[in-house]
Amino acid sequence: MKNTKNTKNMIEAEGLTKNYGEVVAVDHIDIEVASGEIFGFLGPNGAGKTTTVRMLTGIIRPTRGRVRIAGFDLRRDPIKAKEVMGVVPELSNAYNGLSAWRNLQLMAELYGVPAKDAKARAEGLLVRFGLHDRKDHKTRTFSKGMKQRLVIAMSLMSDPEILFLDEPTSGLDVLSARMIKEVLRELNNEGKTIFLTTHYMEEANQLCNRVAIINHGKIAAVDSPEKLKARMGGLGRVEVSFDTPVDSSDLRRLSGVTDVRASGDKTYLYTDEPGRTIQHLVDCCRSGGMEIVTLNTLTPTLEDVFIKLTGDGEVSVGDANALEGAANNDS
Amino acid sequence: MIPDLMDQMRRAFAIAKKDVRIYYLNGPVVIFGILAPAFLFLAFMIGRDLPVDFLIAGLLGMTVFFTSTSITPVIAPTETQTRNLERLAAAPVSITTILFGDMIASVFFGIAISLVPIFLGVAFGVAIAHPLILAVGIVLAAFCFSALGLVFSSTPTSMTSTVMMISMLTKFPLVFVSGVFIPIQEMPSWGRALASLSPLTYITDLCRYCIEGTCANYYPVPLDICALAVFLVIFMVTAVKLHERSLPMRL
Ligand SMILES: Nc1ncnc2c1ncn2[C@@H]1O[C@H](COP(=O)(O)OP(=O)(O)OP(=O)(O)O)[C@@H](O)[C@H]1O
Ligand SMILES: [Mg+2]
Repeated sequence: MKNTKNTKNMIEAEGLTKNYGEVVAVDHIDIEVASGEIFGFLGPNGAGKTTTVRMLTGIIRPTRGRVRIAGFDLRRDPIKAKEVMGVVPELSNAYNGLSAWRNLQLMAELYGVPAKDAKARAEGLLVRFGLHDRKDHKTRTFSKGMKQRLVIAMSLMSDPEILFLDEPTSGLDVLSARMIKEVLRELNNEGKTIFLTTHYMEEANQLCNRVAIINHGKIAAVDSPEKLKARMGGLGRVEVSFDTPVDSSDLRRLSGVTDVRASGDKTYLYTDEPGRTIQHLVDCCRSGGMEIVTLNTLTPTLEDVFIKLTGDGEVSVGDANALEGAANNDS
Repeated sequence: MIPDLMDQMRRAFAIAKKDVRIYYLNGPVVIFGILAPAFLFLAFMIGRDLPVDFLIAGLLGMTVFFTSTSITPVIAPTETQTRNLERLAAAPVSITTILFGDMIASVFFGIAISLVPIFLGVAFGVAIAHPLILAVGIVLAAFCFSALGLVFSSTPTSMTSTVMMISMLTKFPLVFVSGVFIPIQEMPSWGRALASLSPLTYITDLCRYCIEGTCANYYPVPLDICALAVFLVIFMVTAVKLHERSLPMRL
């Protein structure tokens, strides 16, 4: 079962392309995911994430390009390649007419897991995902969150070396989402490779070693979250709020400030040198007799990077902050 | 190669087990499986003075035909709609394995339900002259008709009603041209030519040989068996080819 060919990269795709008639859903993308990595795959709706995952997992055939999973060519050795991966498709279901237990056993049988291992593993997973007391109930009676947890448990029945998840936490409550994230972290600590598609930036920021941002079927950037943020100049800003309204033209003249925007009782100073800007800001206030209520430096978030790379217009501070708030709530 | 094949075989059985639990083991399906061919048969036979062994042979052929083609057409559209198919497509099983699994479940159902007319016949005092050949014929026919059901289910739709319509539109002509209602011996030559195109003709002919006695069949027994086997291969190959094409369209 666990016979992965000796290779550093668990997932390799070259020139992966998918055309749907005139539509180019995925356009010559290359992906390399190393063993033991959590790789995040981000992109706006319709960017081609699901199409890419389907090609990487052998569910649909690429129009062009090649995929290797744990060293197995997906086209030549589809069964071997599929045996080493667990898949949680975007819109998938367990069999409604079967109990949680039977769904797990079906997966074990489909992946050739010996019956004895399958029993022990199913027990463990049901406990881990908080479904043990419902294990003999038909999944028709499960809530959305329970179903999703079951689908993830099903993908783990074969103890796969590589796990693909397409938006596993979308629409789940904070606790379920956190449970899933914890499971992913644990699996990663055991050395599993994880390919994660998500719309939650904070989730990707926390979990992923590297992320790729895909837009219009092309990869816009691949790097670790911190390096991506560092690479994006002009997104650092200082958030300040004063006790009285302040003329923004004074602030514009401060050293390092590239732009000033006000939003509610806060003013945002865009700067490439936050340290210098703060010093000058404090000096300026002291001489002008203004009082600072709060002062924060904001480093760019993955969200800022995402919007900069995928948004068609300019970054809007108001929007960025609203979304940031949403992402932070989620963490 | 051989171990891989064995693995796929075991996985096909897992799929068959799933099918039986979800689609076959529910009351309405079983009752419909028993009643539908019986009613249809009675509707055509009432008022015609025919011997009971002729009737039972025809009923047996019809039962295998209708039960084996009843559920296989709807599995793929249903699983498209319930979104189980993508999960299955991600598993390490080939399309042939999935279809083979569906076929095995259908064969079991077909065989189990066909015991009903056999017992009915025995209760009416019909003697079965060649039980072994009858068993071979019924198993082969169940495989053949299940594969036919899989050809219907390859329509890339999630609407079971569409598939059911296509299936009915094909099944009824196959019944009417076959030798179920009129012995082939009594047909005009164009009728015989038409009858030879329906797989149902051969299983009914075989049943007549096994139940009524040696002279009741029209075709030689080996020809009946070969014809069923040839139909099975044609249906299965067609089903696999069509499903390979339609599966990506279902996602
Ligand atoms: N089966 C299909 N037939 C035709 N076009 C398709 C098909 N599947 C996807 N597409 C098109 O391919 C493009 C990429 O779709 P895809 O589902 O991969 O996006 P995504 O990044 O997963 O989006 P989301 O975030 O909404 O899930 C879209 O323009 C979509 O309309
Ligand atoms: Mg998607």
